[in-house]
Amino acid sequence: MAQLFVEPGKVVRARELAQKAARGVQAFIDRHSTVAIERTVLRLLGIGGAGARGAPLSNLLVDKLREAKVLHKGAAWWLGRALKASPGRDPLQAIERIAAYPEKLPPLSPGEDAELRETIRADARSAARELREKVEKRKELKRSLQVGSFPGAPWKYVIVATGNIHDDVEQARAAAQQGADVIAVIRSTAQSLLDYVPHGPTTEGYGGTYATQENFRIMREALDDVSRKLGRYVHLTNYSSGLCMPEIAYMAAAERLDMLLNDAMYGILFRDINMQRTFCDQYFSRRICAFAEIIINTGEDNYITTADADEAAHTVIASQLVNETFAHLAGMPDELIGFGHSFEIDPAREDTLLREFAMAMMVRELFPRSPIKYMPPTKHKEGDIFFSHAYDVMSDLVAISTRQGIQLLGMMTEAMHNPFLMDRYVALKAAAYVYRAARHLGDEMAFKPDGIVARRQREVFDKALALLEEVAKDGMMAAIGKARFGDTARTETGGKGLDGVFERAPDYFNPFLELLEGRA
Amino acid sequence: MSEKHLIRPYGDRKDDGVIQLSFVLPVPVSEKAKEAAAQLAKKLGLSHVLVSSMEKAGEDYSFFVVYGRTHMQLDYAAIEVPVVAHRKHAFDELNDVIERDVGRKIVVVGACIGTDSHTTGIDAIMNMKGFAGDYGLERYRMFRAINLGSQVEPHALVEKAREVEADAVLVSKVVTQRDVHKEDARTLVEAAKQAKIFDKTIWIFGGPRVDHKTALELGFDAGFGPGTKPSDVANYIYYRLLERQGRAPPPQPTAHGTPDAIIQGAEKP
Ligand code: B12
Repeated sequence: MAQLFVEPGKVVRARELAQKAARGVQAFIDRHSTVAIERTVLRLLGIGGAGARGAPLSNLLVDKLREAKVLHKGAAWWLGRALKASPGRDPLQAIERIAAYPEKLPPLSPGEDAELRETIRADARSAARELREKVEKRKELKRSLQVGSFPGAPWKYVIVATGNIHDDVEQARAAAQQGADVIAVIRSTAQSLLDYVPHGPTTEGYGGTYATQENFRIMREALDDVSRKLGRYVHLTNYSSGLCMPEIAYMAAAERLDMLLNDAMYGILFRDINMQRTFCDQYFSRRICAFAEIIINTGEDNYITTADADEAAHTVIASQLVNETFAHLAGMPDELIGFGHSFEIDPAREDTLLREFAMAMMVRELFPRSPIKYMPPTKHKEGDIFFSHAYDVMSDLVAISTRQGIQLLGMMTEAMHNPFLMDRYVALKAAAYVYRAARHLGDEMAFKPDGIVARRQREVFDKALALLEEVAKDGMMAAIGKARFGDTARTETGGKGLDGVFERAPDYFNPFLELLEGRA
Repeated sequence: MSEKHLIRPYGDRKDDGVIQLSFVLPVPVSEKAKEAAAQLAKKLGLSHVLVSSMEKAGEDYSFFVVYGRTHMQLDYAAIEVPVVAHRKHAFDELNDVIERDVGRKIVVVGACIGTDSHTTGIDAIMNMKGFAGDYGLERYRMFRAINLGSQVEPHALVEKAREVEADAVLVSKVVTQRDVHKEDARTLVEAAKQAKIFDKTIWIFGGPRVDHKTALELGFDAGFGPGTKPSDVANYIYYRLLERQGRAPPPQPTAHGTPDAIIQGAEKP
C-alpha cells in the first residue's frame, strides 16, 4: 500500500493555506461572470444551434448583449425579456430587437420581473432534469459492465488524435479491443484560443479534432457499442480547457462523457489565457462536472514537463491542494477529482525510481478517496523507441504498485508523432503484463521509514508547504505573477479573454448557478 | 574523389544486411495475413524474410514484427553532411571575444511562433538556466536576450526585432503537423522582408524537427535540431555576425562540410 511519511500536522496546515489562497480568488469569482458562462447558460436553455456561417447562436446572442452593454444582468434574464417582448420569435431575432434599443424597453414591475425569472427557472429546472437523465443512463450502462482490468487496477487511458472523428472512432474501437479503459480524443491544436465552440463533426483537424458536441456524440455512441460487445465499460474523455471551459463541460455532460481534463490554472499558465477569465470559467465548469458526475483530471503533470520534474515536484503538491480547494468550492466530491501528476524525472539520473515511488505514494495518500491521474514519461522521450518502451514500463510498475486510479499509458513514439495504432497496442500489452505481474506487489512492499523515499517525501512536502505559505500570504494571482507554478509568470490583466469577464449586476440572473449552488 | 567505402546494415555479421521492421496491416490475424506481411517485406526488396511476430491489435488489425536482409549498399565516402567547422569558445572566452570583436552586447529576440505553445525549447536556449548544464543566452554578459515566449504571432516577433534592432532572431517551432512549422516560418520571413529587416538580421530556426538544410531552404541563416546547446547557438551568432560585417574569415570548411553549415551535429553528447 502507498505510504505517507509526512507529519499529519503539516498536511492539515497545507490544506488550510491552500484554502486561504483559493478563497481569495473565490470572492472574485462570486462577483463576476464571463461570456463563456453566459453562452453556457443559453446552451442549457436550448440555444445550441449555429448561424448561417457556422457561428454558434449562443455566441451571436451573447455578443449582441455585450455590445449593448447589458450582459451584466445575465443572458438568461435577457432571453426571458426578449421572448416576452416578442413572443413566438426566434431567440436571435428577439434578442437582436431588444439589444438594438435596450433603453427603450418598458421597465418591468417587480412582480413582472419575478415572474420572468420564475419562468426561466422552470425552464432551467427541466433542462437540468433532462441532463440528469442522461447522466443516469451513462451510469446505468457502466454499472452493468466490468470496469477496469480488475479491482484496484488503474484504468488504462490512451489517446486518439487522427484529426478525423470517424478515423478516431476506428482507432478508439481497436484500442478498446486491445484493452483500453479510457479513450481521450485529442483536440485540434489551439482550440483553447477560440472563444467559441465549433459546430458539427470534424473530419480535417490539426493534430486532433475539435471538441464539438457532435464529435462527442459520435464517439460516445461508438464506445457504448464496443463496451457492450466487450462486456467492459470504455470511458470517454476530452478537454474542458481554454476559453470555453464551461461550454465544453455542458456538452460533455449532455453527451455522456465520463471525464474531462479540467484544471483551475492550466489555461493561465500554458495557454496564456487571462487568469480572471479562467478562474471564473473553471468554477462554473466544475459546477457542471459536479452535477453531471464527470471526473475531472487536473493538469499538474504539465508543471514538470516544463520545469525540471525533480526540482519542481513541490509545485505539483501545492497546486493539487489548491485545485482541491477550488474543486470543493465548486461542489465537487473527492471521488470526482482526478489529481494529475506524472513520472517525469530525467532518466539520466540515479535512483529516479525511488523518487517516483515517493511522489506517486504521496499523491495517492494525500487524496485517498480520489482517482489519481498518472501521466507517463514524455519530456525526456527521444527517438529511441526501444528505450522509450522500457522507460514506460517503469511507470506502469509504479502505477500498479501504488494504486494510481487512471494511468495514461506512455507511447514509445512520444517524441515523434501522435500515437499510431501499433504504438497503443504495444503499450496496452505491456501494461496488462505489468499489472498482472505486480498485482499484489504494493500490498507486500514497505519502504524504510527513514530511507530515500521517506526523506524525499518530507523534503518535497516541506517545500510545498513553504510555497503555500507564500501563496496564502501574497494571494494566488500574485504567486502566478511570480512564476511559482510551471515556471511561467502571468499577470492579472494579461493574456487572452479578459474582455470577456464582467462584474455581475446586483440583480444578475443565472438560473443554473442558482440550481447548481443549491440556492434554488 | 576519395576511395569508396561500401556499407550495408550490420546484424550479426558484416554485410549481412539485416533490418527489422514493424507495421500494422488492416486485416484480422490469420495465416493469410502473415503471408501478406512476408510478401510486403519481399516487395520492399528484403530476402530471408522472417515474420517473427503477428499480434492481434484489435479485431480488424494485425501487428507484425519482421526481419529480413537488404541487398542495398551505399558508398559512405560519398555522403556529405554539414559539420562543425569553427572552434567553439567556452563561456567566459566567448564573452571576451564578443567584447573585443563586437564591442557591445549582441541583441537577440526569440519566440515560439504561431499557435505553438511549447516553450521549453526556446527557453532551453535563452533562459539563464540553459540546457543540459550549459548556460542560456541570458546568462552571457555580452548578450541581451529577449524571450517573448510562446504563441507569438510572426508579425509580433518581427515588430519586436525591429524595435530593439535585434542582431539575431531565434525562432522555435515544435508542432510540425501538416508542416505548420514551415508555413509559420515562411510567414515570418515574409513579414521580415516587408519590415525591411530581413537582410540586416540573422535568422535562426530551431526545434526537434528542424535541421540546417530545411532552415536554409526556408530562407533562414541556420537551423538547429534536437540536443542543441545554448553555447552552440551563442558561438554561431558570434561568428555569423562577424562574417556578416566582413570582419572575420568565414568559418573554415572541413573535408566534407560547407562553410555555411557550422552547426548541425555540433558537440552532441
Ligand atoms: C512538454 C510537451 C508539451 C507541454 C509543453 C510545456 C511547455 N511549457 O513547453 C504541453 C503539455 C503544454 C504540450 C502541449 C501540446 N503538445 Co506537446 N509535447 C511535449 C513533449 C512531451 C516534450 C517537449 C519538450 O519539452 N522537449 C524538451 C525540449 C528542451 O526539447 P526541444 O523542444 O526539442 O528543444 C531543443 C531543440 O529542439 C532545440 N530547439 C528548440 N527550439 C529551438 C529554437 C532555437 C532558435 C534553437 C536554436 C534551438 C531550438 O534546442 C532545444 C534544446 O536542445 C513532446 C514530446 C517529446 N518528448 O518531444 C510533445 C510534443 C512536442 N507535443 C505535441 C503536441 C501535438 C502537442 C499539442 C499540440 C497537443 C494538442 N493537440 O493539444 C499541445 C500544444 C498545443 C499548442 N497550442 O501548441 C507533439 C508534436 C507532434 C508534432 N510533431 O507536431 C509531441 C511530439 C508529442 C506527440 N508525440 O504527439 N506539450
